[in-house]
Amino acid sequence: MALLEIRNLSVDFKTAGGKFRAVDNVDVAVDKGDLMAIVGESGSGKSVSMLAVMGLLPWTATVTADVMRFDGQDLLKMPARKRRQIIGRDISMIFQEPMSSLNPCFTVGFQIKEALKSHLGLDRKQRHARAIELLEQVGIPAPEKRLSAFPHQLSGGMSQRMMIAMALACKPKLLIADEPTTALDVTIQAQILELLTDLQKNTGMALILITHDMGVVAETVDRVAVQYAGRRVEEQNVVDLFDDPHHPYTAALLAALPERAHNRLLPTIKGVVPGQFDKIDGCVFAPRCQFADARCRAVPPKPAGKELGDALCHYPLIKGQPQNKEMSA
Amino acid sequence: MSQPILKAEGLKRHYELKGGMFSSDATVRALDGASFELTPGRTLAVVGESGCGKSTLARVVTMIEPPTEGTLTIEGRKIEPDSVAKDPDLRAKVQIVFQDPYGSLNPRQTIGKTLMEPLKINRPDVSAKEREQRARDMLQMVGLRPEHFERYPHMFSGGQRQRVAVARALMLDPKILVLDEPVSALDLSIQSQILNLLVELQDRLDLAYLFVSHDLSVVRHFCDDLLVMYLGKPVEQGPKDEVFDAPRHPYTKALLSATPQADPRRKRQRIKLQGELPSPMNVPPGCPFNPRCWKATEECRTVVPQLEGGDHRFACFHPLEPGEVPEPKTAEAV
Ligand SMILES: Nc1ncnc2c1ncn2[C@@H]1O[C@H](COP(=O)(O)OP(=O)(O)OP(=O)(O)O)[C@@H](O)[C@H]1O
Ligand SMILES: Nc1ncnc2c1ncn2[C@@H]1O[C@H](COP(=O)(O)OP(=O)(O)O)[C@@H](O)[C@H]1O
Ligand code: SF4
Ligand code: SF4
Ligand SMILES: [Mg+2]
Ligand SMILES: [Mg+2]
Repeated sequence: MALLEIRNLSVDFKTAGGKFRAVDNVDVAVDKGDLMAIVGESGSGKSVSMLAVMGLLPWTATVTADVMRFDGQDLLKMPARKRRQIIGRDISMIFQEPMSSLNPCFTVGFQIKEALKSHLGLDRKQRHARAIELLEQVGIPAPEKRLSAFPHQLSGGMSQRMMIAMALACKPKLLIADEPTTALDVTIQAQILELLTDLQKNTGMALILITHDMGVVAETVDRVAVQYAGRRVEEQNVVDLFDDPHHPYTAALLAALPERAHNRLLPTIKGVVPGQFDKIDGCVFAPRCQFADARCRAVPPKPAGKELGDALCHYPLIKGQPQNKEMSA
Repeated sequence: MSQPILKAEGLKRHYELKGGMFSSDATVRALDGASFELTPGRTLAVVGESGCGKSTLARVVTMIEPPTEGTLTIEGRKIEPDSVAKDPDLRAKVQIVFQDPYGSLNPRQTIGKTLMEPLKINRPDVSAKEREQRARDMLQMVGLRPEHFERYPHMFSGGQRQRVAVARALMLDPKILVLDEPVSALDLSIQSQILNLLVELQDRLDLAYLFVSHDLSVVRHFCDDLLVMYLGKPVEQGPKDEVFDAPRHPYTKALLSATPQADPRRKRQRIKLQGELPSPMNVPPGCPFNPRCWKATEECRTVVPQLEGGDHRFACFHPLEPGEVPEPKTAEAV
C-alpha cells in the first residue's frame, strides 16, 4: 500500500488577473522508504503541489483532489485538527532557505525542543537528550554547545543541518525536502544530500526531493517525476529516464545539459514556459515542442501508460522517436 | 593564437573592517593575488565556492574598484588609479554582465533607453538618430524583436532580461566582457539559449571573456582556461582539459568530485570534505586549504604554498599524481 497517494491534485490561486491554475491534475504515489525526486523549472508547481499536501498554502489557494491518502487515512475527509496532527509528525518538510525558516530571536536548541514539545509528550530532560541526539544524527559537531547558538551564528550548511534535525524531531514517515541544497556550495551540498539519503536508508522514511538540478537527481534518487507548467509530464526510474525519456520536454531538457553536449552550441528549447495569461487549448508544451502538430495544439494529451512513464503526450518518444505519429497525421 | 589583451599580475583587493565595541579591526582578504591573461576569442573561467573572491576579481578587472596591490595592463597600457577618469574610453573596453537579470535593469526605463544610455554618456558625438539605430541593431544581434525596444523590463522573462543586459554591455564595443554568473539565475531551458548567444557573440566580435561561475558543468562546456580560487587565492589554473582531467590540487579534485553529474550510472567517487569554508577574515596559516585537506602535513600548516608550474599551475606541496585516489581513511570517498 502506498504511504502517500494523491490523485488528480489541482491548485488554483485567486489572483488580480483572475483564477490561475498552478498545479493541474497531478498524481503522486510514494511508498514506504521511497527515494524520489520532483524536477522541473521554476514555476512548474513543484513547491505548490507539496505545500498543498502539507496544507500550508494561503487562503487564496483552492486545493482539489479525487484521492489524498496518507498511511491508510483519508486526508480529505479528516477534520482539520487531526490533519494538522499527522502533518508535522508523520510528514515533515524542509525548505530552500534555511536562514529564513529558523526564527532569529531564539536559540536553535529552544526551537528544536519546541518542535518536540508539540508532538511527542516528552518531559524537559528527555527533550534535551533527544535534541542532542538529533544534532548528532545530522552530523553537527559539539551538539551540546550548539544548542545555545542563535541562527545567525551558523553557516548555511550548519543551518540546513539544523532544519533537517528539526524535521526529524518526530521521526516522520515522509520527509519532503524542497530545494534543500540550492543555496549551498557544492562541497556542502554533497554533505547534505548524503545525510538525507543516509537517513532515508537507515530510518526507512520516504524522501521526496524537490529540485531543478538534473545532476542532483541523477546522483541521489531512484525515481523521478518531471513537472512542466503545473503538469506531471512523465515519471520513471532514474536510470530509464536518463536513458530513454518518453516525453519530448524531458528529452529536450536532458539534451540541453552542457555536459551532454557534443558541439559548442547547445541544443535549445525555443521559447519560454507559458505564463498565466497564455491560453493553451491542447498540450501545454506544444508551443515549444519540435514534434507538435495540429492535434497537439487542439487536444490535451492523456498519460501514455505505465510502460511509457505515463508521458503526457500524444506521441511519446521511444529512443527519441515519436510513436503513433504516422497513423494520426 | 592572438596576443593577450589584458594581463593581471598579483591582483589583490583587501577590505578593512572597523571593529565594533567588542571586536578589533579586521582585514578581509577578498582577493589575494591573482595573475592571468585574457585573450580575444578565448574564455577564462573563474570557479570556486561562495565568498572565494570571484565577484571581487570581476569588479577589479572591470575597473569598478582599484586593486589594493598588483597591476592590470590592458592593450599594453598599465592601469593607474586615475586612468579611467582621464580616459573614459578605457572603461568602455571592459564591460560586465551580472547574475541577477532582475536587479540589473532600471525598471522605469524602456529597453531602448537602457541600450542608448551608455552611448549618450560615453559617446556624446554620436547623433541621436545614430544612437537609436545602433541600439536597434544590437537588439536584433542578441535575438530580441524590434517591438521590444519600447517595452519595460518587467514585461520580460529572465532569459530576455539577460539578453538585454548582454546587449547593453556590448553597446560601447568592448573588447572584454566580464560575465559574473550570467546564467546561474536562469532555468535550464533558458540557460542553453544564453550560453549559445555568448558563444556566437564571441566568435563574431572576437571578445575576450572572463566567465565567473560556480557551475562546473557549464564551465567545462564553455571555457578554454580555468582558474580555481579558494579563500581569495588561485590554487590551480591552466587549460581546461588538463585541469578537469588531471587536477593536481586536492581542492580542485574535491570540487570536481562534489559536482553532481547528470549520469545515474556513473559510480560516485565523491570526496567528502570535512568542515566548511573558513571566513576570509580568518584565513588559516600555511596553506589556506589545510584544515579540510586529507593530504595536509606539518609543512602545510605553517608554510604558504606558491602557485608553480608552466601552463598548468598549482599551489600545493603534495600535488595529486594522475590517477591518485584519496585515502579512504582520511577523506571519505563515497
Ligand atoms: N565591500 C566589501 N567589504 C567587505 N568585505 C567584502 C566586500 N566585498 C566583498 N567582501 C567579502 O570578500 C569575500 C569575497 O567576496 P566575493 O563577492 O568576491 O565572493 P564570490 O566568490 O563572488 O562569492 P559568490 O559565489 O557568493 O558570489 C567575501 O567574504 C565577501 O563577504
Ligand atoms: N500564493 C500564490 N499566489 C499566486 N500564485 C502563486 C502563489 N504561490 C505560487 N504561485 C504560482 O504557482 C506556480 C507554481 O509555483 P511553485 O510551486 O512555487 O513553483 P516551483 O516549481 O518553482 O516550486 C508559479 O507560477 C507561482 O508563481
Ligand atoms: S502532445 Fe504533441 S506537443 Fe505535446 S509533448 Fe507530445 S508531441 Fe509535443
Ligand atoms: S599544500 Fe598541503 S594542505 Fe594545501 S592542498 Fe596541498 S597537501 Fe593539502
Ligand atoms: Mg519552489
Ligand atoms: Mg559573486
